[in-house]
This record gives sequence, C-alpha cells and structure tokens, in this order.
Amino acid sequence: MKKAELLCALAFLIVLGLLALVGLPGNILNLFIFMMIITLTAQGWNLLGGYGGLSSFGHAAFFGTGAYAMTVLQTSFGINAWVALVCGVALGALVGAFIGFLSFRAGLKGSYFALITLAFAEVLRILANSWDFTGGAAGMMIKLQNGFAYLQFSDRRYFFLILLVFVALALFLSRWLERSAFGAYLIALRENDQAAQALGVDIFRVKMQAITLSAGLTALAGCLYAQNFLFIDANVAYGSWISIEALFAAIVGGAGTLIGPLIGAVLLLGLGEVTKSFSGGIAGLDLVVFGIILVLCVAFAPNGIRGFFANLKRRRSAAAEAA
Amino acid sequence: MLKAQNLTKRFSGLLAVDNASIEVQQGSITGLIGPNGAGKTTLFAMIAGFLPPNGGSVTFEGEDITQEKPHLRARRGLARTFQIVQPFAGLNVRDNIAVGAYLHTKDPDEAKRQASLTAEKVGLGRELDKLASGLTIAGRKRLELARALATRPKLLLLDEVLAGLNPSEIRDVLPIIRQIRDEGVTILMIEHIMQAVMNLCDTVHVLSQGKMIASGEPRIVCNDPAVIEAYLGHGAAERIRSEGKANA
Ligand SMILES: Nc1ncnc2c1ncn2[C@@H]1O[C@H](COP(=O)(O)OP(=O)(O)OP(=O)(O)O)[C@@H](O)[C@H]1O
Ligand SMILES: [Mg+2]
Repeated sequence: MKKAELLCALAFLIVLGLLALVGLPGNILNLFIFMMIITLTAQGWNLLGGYGGLSSFGHAAFFGTGAYAMTVLQTSFGINAWVALVCGVALGALVGAFIGFLSFRAGLKGSYFALITLAFAEVLRILANSWDFTGGAAGMMIKLQNGFAYLQFSDRRYFFLILLVFVALALFLSRWLERSAFGAYLIALRENDQAAQALGVDIFRVKMQAITLSAGLTALAGCLYAQNFLFIDANVAYGSWISIEALFAAIVGGAGTLIGPLIGAVLLLGLGEVTKSFSGGIAGLDLVVFGIILVLCVAFAPNGIRGFFANLKRRRSAAAEAA
Repeated sequence: MLKAQNLTKRFSGLLAVDNASIEVQQGSITGLIGPNGAGKTTLFAMIAGFLPPNGGSVTFEGEDITQEKPHLRARRGLARTFQIVQPFAGLNVRDNIAVGAYLHTKDPDEAKRQASLTAEKVGLGRELDKLASGLTIAGRKRLELARALATRPKLLLLDEVLAGLNPSEIRDVLPIIRQIRDEGVTILMIEHIMQAVMNLCDTVHVLSQGKMIASGEPRIVCNDPAVIEAYLGHGAAERIRSEGKANA
C-alpha cells in the first residue's frame, strides 16, 4: 500500500510533466511551478513536523537561508548557480542544526518548539531586512542569464521539469525514511519519547538529524524559489507566509505521510487560484478559503486528506471482516 | 549484576525514596514489593535513568552508570517497562516491537521479523497488524513486555506487568516470565499480586515509605512482622498473631 502511494505520486508528477511538455498556458505553468516549490517546502516541513511530530512555525528560517544563499552567492560572489544551490542547502541545514541544538538541548517540544522556531525566523527576517550584505529592505536580484549552467531557462518548462525531479527525489527520501531504522526512531519519539528512550533511542540525536534534513530540503525549495523569481526580499524569503504555507500544505494533505505535502500544496494553491479568479476584486478571499479548509480538516480529517482516505479504507475493510 | 546503593529521591517536600539499596543477582527473578506510594516506581526510574537521584549510586555489571542517559543504559542491556503503559499508539504491534529490535539491527525487514518472533513469544502473534491503541489492557501489558524484550536485555525491569489482568490472563503470563528468565534474562519485577511473587521470585525486597524494610526469600519476608505492618498498618502483625492463636 505504501508502495502504491509512492507510485501514485510519481505518476501524478509524470502527468504534470507531460502536460507541460504538450503545452500549457503560461499562467497555469507558473501556478504549477509555484505548487511544486510549496510542495518541496512542505515535504521538508513534513520530515520534522510530520514524522517527528515537531511542528515548526519557522521553516521560513530555512527557506529564506536557501533563497538568500542562492542570491548572494551568485550576485555578490559570481558563484555558479548549481554550486550556490548546494551551498544554500548546506547553509539551510546548518541553520536547522543550530536551532535544533538550542531547542532540543533544552528539551523543547510542542508549542514551545513552534514559538522558538518562529522567533528565529523573525530574527533572520529583521537581520536580512537591515543588512547591506543582503540588500537590506530593497531586496536583491539575480542576474538574468539563460542556460542549464545558470539554472535559468528561456523556456520555463525546463525549470518546471527540474522542479518535478526534485519533488520526486524528496518523495524517495520520505519513502526511504519510512522504511529505515532512523524513520522508525523518529516516529517512535513522536508517539512517545519516554518509551523511545527506554528502547535505546537517542532522541536528541534523532531530532538533530531530522531537523537538519528537514531544513536542508526546505532550503532547497528556497533556492529554487529565488532562482525562479530572480528577486527576493526579507519579507518574501523569511516571511511567515512560507512557514504557514509549508505547515498548512503538510497538515491539510496529511502530516507524516508520503504524499500529504503534495496533495496539500496542490489542493490549497489550486483552490486559492480558483477563488481568486471567481472573487474578482475581493482581496484575501483565498485566505478565507484556506481557513475554512483548515477548520474542516481539523474537524473531519485530523490526519489530513491522506489520513482521511486511509481511515475510510480501514473502516471499510473492518466492516467487510465483520460481515 | 545490578547494585543500587543508598538511592534517595526527593520531590520538593516529599521523600519518595529514602536511602534505599537493592541488589539483583544474575539469573534471578527478584521481586520488589511494597504498599501503594512506597516509591517502587520511583526507584525503578532512577535505576533506568529516567529520574536523577538526589543521592546514591547505580552500578550495572560492575560499572557505575548513575549519570548515564536512559538510552545508553538500554544499550547496555537494561530494559524497563512502564507501569502506566506507554505504547506508540499510532503504530501497529509489529512496528511498536520493531523499535526495540532496531537496537541490534538496522535492517527494517530483519527488525520486523524479530518483532514478529518476539510477539509470538508473549502471545501477541495474532495481533501484529493491530494498532497499539486498539489493544486491550492485557494486550498493552504484553506489548510493553515484548518491546522491552526486543532490545535483548540482560536485565529486565518489569513494573507491574500483571496489574489489571484477570486471573486467567495472569496464569497465561506467569510462564512467559519464567521462560524469559530461563532464556538467560535476569528479572527485577515490581508486583502487587502475591501469588505471582510467591510463584516466580527467588528473592524479594520490600519498600515502605521509601525505605527498604526487608529482603530475603518470599515466604520468609511475607511473614516478617515489619512487612505485615507496612501493608496493614501499625499493630496488624500483633492482631493477626493473636487471632491466629484464638482460632487454634
Ligand atoms: N514526578 C513526581 N512528582 C512528585 N511526586 C511524585 C512523582 N512521582 C511519584 N511521586 C510521589 O512519590 C511517591 C512514590 O511514588 P511511586 O510511584 O514511586 O510509588 P509506587 O511504590 O510505585 O506506588 P504504586 O504501587 O501505587 O505504583 C508517591 O507519594 C508519589 O505521589
Ligand atoms: Mg508504581
């Protein structure tokens, strides 16, 4: 069943890729690109918040670090885009390890952990906003240069395909995690950290590994965001919108599931786009829809949409057994 | 094998464990009994590393582990169960037990295979795919036991694994515990059910109000006036003796 989930997700990505190759209107392609960036961000969040039960409100800290590393390294130091991408991921992971070290040393979890991550993201936002090195409040641009080496393409479909590959790799990473000893330990400490310790789990170490991995993946999303829009400022890169988007997509789709972040991101952004186009001038209506979906999820599908279907299936097979 | 010396634990005003010492011989089943609130679970928590003691030391296989973290003690072969069961509620029985098995193998298939074998051993073989949250009390107690067992401990600390079970369930579990010992695992168990203590234990220690008040063979300890008084209140031993005479 887990394997079917992975195959479903991969098939979906392939269909998106084929659609793009056959030809999509520009605005739809842009929406799909944005969806995949949010998916990647949410997949990063999911590694820590979903599997590990450590819900962060500050994944912007990692997203922004990736985005700024990508921009600053290329613009100010003339470093190659791909190298900058790797550095961005590494720096994001480092920021994750730093925040993790401080939080987990102190044994923070639940809302305390959420708040501390939020605080770190805000500090980084303020720093990036006031520091010349990061372009201050004016933000920063990446020079327009087309070609594979620059990770920029005159035909945006290529960028989209590369994004799809990254999302697929993140799916494989989640799948590996679900099947590994590390993943079992991570899930165990989410379910009950005392019991996990009694069974020999070094919970500090496992949490550190999880936040590093999670931060690296979200930083990758940040790098690709910067490379796609070629402009960032502090409110975009380190703004809490992205923290919320990441956690929303993962929770609505199904936190701690393979396919949850993908479902959540596609659904939320898709619905958001639909409402925007129907509501015309009413600003913020898409946010109202987001809110309603979250309320519905909390009320009827506490394990997200993925969990909702898993539940249905379990109930149906239980009913079949009883019959 | 295990030596806890002069352990003391204070919870703000309350002296939960007061200078208590206990020794467990390799290969034995050692009992720890005492009235409610005597400090038995607290003593266990200090031995397993979940609570830092205010004084005293814990030695395991000749090494001082007083300062060691719980997961490191588990890796040494010191496993515990929890009186208030702590299942990984969202996971099925197999995955619950596999977490313990990962201590010795990093291979998921092997861990799951071992988990199934361990489940078999404690009588959970038919519930492998059931969610832990869907188990009965008896099932959850067995799960506690299975998870600890899957770490392949040298010393197993059992905190009231029989509490909440009905007599027939208890009869089923007693031989399992004995078999675990026969396979070479030393056991230290907290138990209220005297039938089990009499049946299984080579030695028992009695804790009352944080202090060790007696230890020795179960039969002898249970007739110790100090122990009877600890359970039944001051003067109880005297009363029983005179009633016994009157009946005779
Ligand atoms: N974390 C804690 N904080 C404060 N007091 C505690 C704590 N844990 C235990 N106590 C108190 O310490 C005393 C000993 O508790 P403990 O649980 O060790 O007793 P016990 O012998 O295991 O009892 P039982 O047979 O009911 O399980 C009790 O009075 C209890 O209320
Ligand atoms: Mg107790």
